[in-house]
Amino acid sequence: MADRRPIEQTLAQVGRPELLTVPGASPAKINVDSLSFFYGRNQALKDVAFDIPERKITAIIGPSGCGKTTLLRVFNRMYDLVPGAHAEGHVLLDGEDVVSTRNLLELRQKVGMVFQRPSPFPMSIRDNVAFAPRLLGWPSARIKTVVEQSLERAALLEEVKDRLNDPAASLSGGQQQRLAIARCIAVSPQVILMDEPCSALDPVATTKIEDLMSALMREFTIVIVTHNMQQAARVSDFTAFMLMNPEGRFGELIEFASTADLFNRPQDDRTEAYITGRFG
Amino acid sequence: MAASPTATALRATISPKPPDRFRTLIGVVATTAPAALLLIVVVLFQQAWPSVTHFGLGFLAGSTWNPVTLQFGAWPGIFGTVATSLMALVIALPVGIAVAIVLAEQGQAGIRGAVGIAIELLAAIPSVVYGIWALYVLGPWTFQHLESPVSDRFNSVGWLSSASPRSLFTASLVLAVMILPTLTAVSRDVIRAVPRGLKENAIALGSTWWETTWRVILPSARAGIFGATILALGRALGETIAVTMVIGNNYQIPQSIFSPAYTLASVIANEFTEATGDLYPAALVELGLALILVTLSANVIALVLVRSATARAAI
Repeated sequence: MADRRPIEQTLAQVGRPELLTVPGASPAKINVDSLSFFYGRNQALKDVAFDIPERKITAIIGPSGCGKTTLLRVFNRMYDLVPGAHAEGHVLLDGEDVVSTRNLLELRQKVGMVFQRPSPFPMSIRDNVAFAPRLLGWPSARIKTVVEQSLERAALLEEVKDRLNDPAASLSGGQQQRLAIARCIAVSPQVILMDEPCSALDPVATTKIEDLMSALMREFTIVIVTHNMQQAARVSDFTAFMLMNPEGRFGELIEFASTADLFNRPQDDRTEAYITGRFG
Repeated sequence: MAASPTATALRATISPKPPDRFRTLIGVVATTAPAALLLIVVVLFQQAWPSVTHFGLGFLAGSTWNPVTLQFGAWPGIFGTVATSLMALVIALPVGIAVAIVLAEQGQAGIRGAVGIAIELLAAIPSVVYGIWALYVLGPWTFQHLESPVSDRFNSVGWLSSASPRSLFTASLVLAVMILPTLTAVSRDVIRAVPRGLKENAIALGSTWWETTWRVILPSARAGIFGATILALGRALGETIAVTMVIGNNYQIPQSIFSPAYTLASVIANEFTEATGDLYPAALVELGLALILVTLSANVIALVLVRSATARAAI
């Protein structure tokens, strides 16, 4: 399979040939192709296919239980933690198959993840950010620079630079989430997955994280799962809408388009029903 | 929002304090435990008084125990008690934590369940049964297969010389088996209580199972594991009958960990029925006081360690 298919091809693939040119489209970073996912015998995803463009923010929206978090956790193989879970199909990161790769540590260095709860490790702020670099065995001088750079890029350095040795648990919720982002970008991943990163935060902290995402977009490909449609509309360039199939009880990709198109001119009735609030 | 008159009236009747009689009752019940401790110490002091006045503080440092000449000192007993318990911890702690980590993992519920129940059942075995097992099985076996080869090989090393089937080491080994259930069960629950998000974050950052366990999960659980250790230490310090049966009952500070020794609790158990006169029983009771002193010190040290650890890195 070609490494960098243009995004237009995907839109044709998901049944939107009329949208062959998307303004500002960039090459695909992740190609998802006929992806199905199972928890034991229960199918959670069926035939998901779309391309995630590079250095853009792609939002995955949909009601609870539609499989959006499951889909996100395929991209860094987090599902390996769940006994009996397995994926079929292909997820290509720069042309390399994520589903069949054996080198999980390398994959997770390339694809970072920010969770709903920031979960600071029980150590200092500095050690939290230095966690992944130390796993890679970087020299301490390099780690020192990287810690400051990452905190700076996560817009946290100003607030914590005088207390880097304080326990990370002493930070506020919003600061902890930015620390989680700093911890994630310390090893320079190419993709950042965000699983409801703002749902535990207040509006001010949420705004800060959203601003941060827009800034990080220049360097990273960001995929965000959110149940908050306003957030998807505010921050993302592309949006995927997922829904649970009522008969099969598995999640399906209903529509994928640029965010402006998906919210203004949804092609599927179910998408329209969801974004206009008549549903879910 | 302005308070309405009814709301004010309600607030007056619903006081945050419970009714007075109930508070008194709770207060009385709550003071029972410390009062019991205090009473025990007072009674022990009263019983031990002849010995306390006769030997003074020298009792704790004295190292003879001679009912014929009425020379009594607690030091070998204190040493034996502390040494067996610490050695038991050193043996049981790595095993207990390793088992706890495995049991706290999810998946393969059948095997984990069976192992978990088996470990907890170890706690249900009466200690005299442990004593018999150690006397007839564990002691001879370790003497033949562990103590003798080691002491032959390292005969020049004093603390590893002169093997004996009943020894400080055998007692520590049986104690280790006895405290394993406490250590494992509490550590397992503490490790299970570590938020799942911590593990997922560590895994997502590219750590292996081992790195996740060692760098994130165990540090998060360390306060609880420390608590489990203190519980286990308490049990080991006070354990009497199983130790008495295998420690060799030699009232000396042993030269080697393979030599017979004695613990405070064992001396009391062995000699109390035969003690006559004034000073002899009083000295035995004072050994009990020394034992309380040891366990209390262990708990106080633990408390201080926990406080300083929490102050250093608040979790």
